[in-house]
Amino acid sequence: MKNPFSHEVKIVGKITVGARITQPGNSMEYKTGSWRSYKPIIDKEKCKKCGICVTYCPDASIKRTEDIPVIDYDYCKGCGICAIECPSHAIIMKPEV
Amino acid sequence: MKEEEVELLAPGHKMCSGCGVALSTRLCINAAGKNTIVAASTGCLEVTTSMYPQTAWRVPYIHGAFENAASVASGIEAALKKLGKKCNVLAIGGDGGTFDIGLQALSGMFERGHKVTFVCNDNEAYMNTGIQRCSATPYGAWTTTSPFGKYSIGESRPKKPIAMIAAAHCIPYVATATPAYFADYQKKVKKALSVDGPAFIHVLTPCPSGWRFPPEKMVEISRLAVQTGVFLPWEVENGEVENLRITVKPAKRKSVEEYLKVQGRFTHLFKPERRQDVIDKIQKMVDEKCKRFGVE
Repeated sequence: MKNPFSHEVKIVGKITVGARITQPGNSMEYKTGSWRSYKPIIDKEKCKKCGICVTYCPDASIKRTEDIPVIDYDYCKGCGICAIECPSHAIIMKPEV
Repeated sequence: MKEEEVELLAPGHKMCSGCGVALSTRLCINAAGKNTIVAASTGCLEVTTSMYPQTAWRVPYIHGAFENAASVASGIEAALKKLGKKCNVLAIGGDGGTFDIGLQALSGMFERGHKVTFVCNDNEAYMNTGIQRCSATPYGAWTTTSPFGKYSIGESRPKKPIAMIAAAHCIPYVATATPAYFADYQKKVKKALSVDGPAFIHVLTPCPSGWRFPPEKMVEISRLAVQTGVFLPWEVENGEVENLRITVKPAKRKSVEEYLKVQGRFTHLFKPERRQDVIDKIQKMVDEKCKRFGVE
């Protein structure tokens, strides 16, 4: 008899047994960027590269780089926390068109 | 990219824009690190991050039922002990899964002394099912089941002091935090995971949909909660409640009105007519609490 606790993921029809998901972080297939009605844009000259926007982004869609942070518009929901919290007011929210 | 900068809560989860729970969980799991197992209770966090067949988690994650995040985490910890493996165990619950429904499982976990850190993301009502009141809802707040009107001012009972209940168990570590003071919060998560025994962290996570404020003000409101004294970040080590330490002291406490005004759930205290009696009562409750904690 097969061990019911084996780590193999059995697939019955379209659903895995125990509803197990074997790919960590595969929610990235779902692009939440389409929810956005305002788009954050970083002003390259005002940005002091402090990284506060990176820390406060609830969707982890601002990435720290060597230069100014880069916003991933595939996942940014346009909440505007980065624009409010930026100490040097380098982020502006522009309406999506 | 350095290893510690890998986001352990992937983007693409379905939490509302400007969600406090999303930010709190992200800060918490990034502080805990890769070597962590998460057990979550039913709530906003569970329905948004683990919608089959997708998951936002990059660490092992299990969802049991509403009431038993603490019990599931206890079982995981016991199994790890038996297998001789070292791994952080994190239980994450909402306010419903901690204050009301999950309280006895949580108390049992504290009593048995499992090495589990329980993080409570408190958004002060059952937001997942549509803003029903719970024992975390503060005095005077509107929810769909504590409406305001001619004979009601909204919620008529004060908030349950859950962190004090946890501290009364004399467990090694109890703390409260808000995502606005992220360094303080992440330090507390690391400290909680390092102690030998159960730990509890109560996090106030503002909810734009339920508290009725624009999403960009989430961090600002969680900071205001500390600056007005409505929510105080403190920690208690080794069950010594008498040595309670306030970690973020508001320099000069603002009037509680500033905190209430920005939230739509307290609008009925200002419009159509000002309910000074209720505002005064909330201010008095906050003053008394601050006095007890030794904050001016």
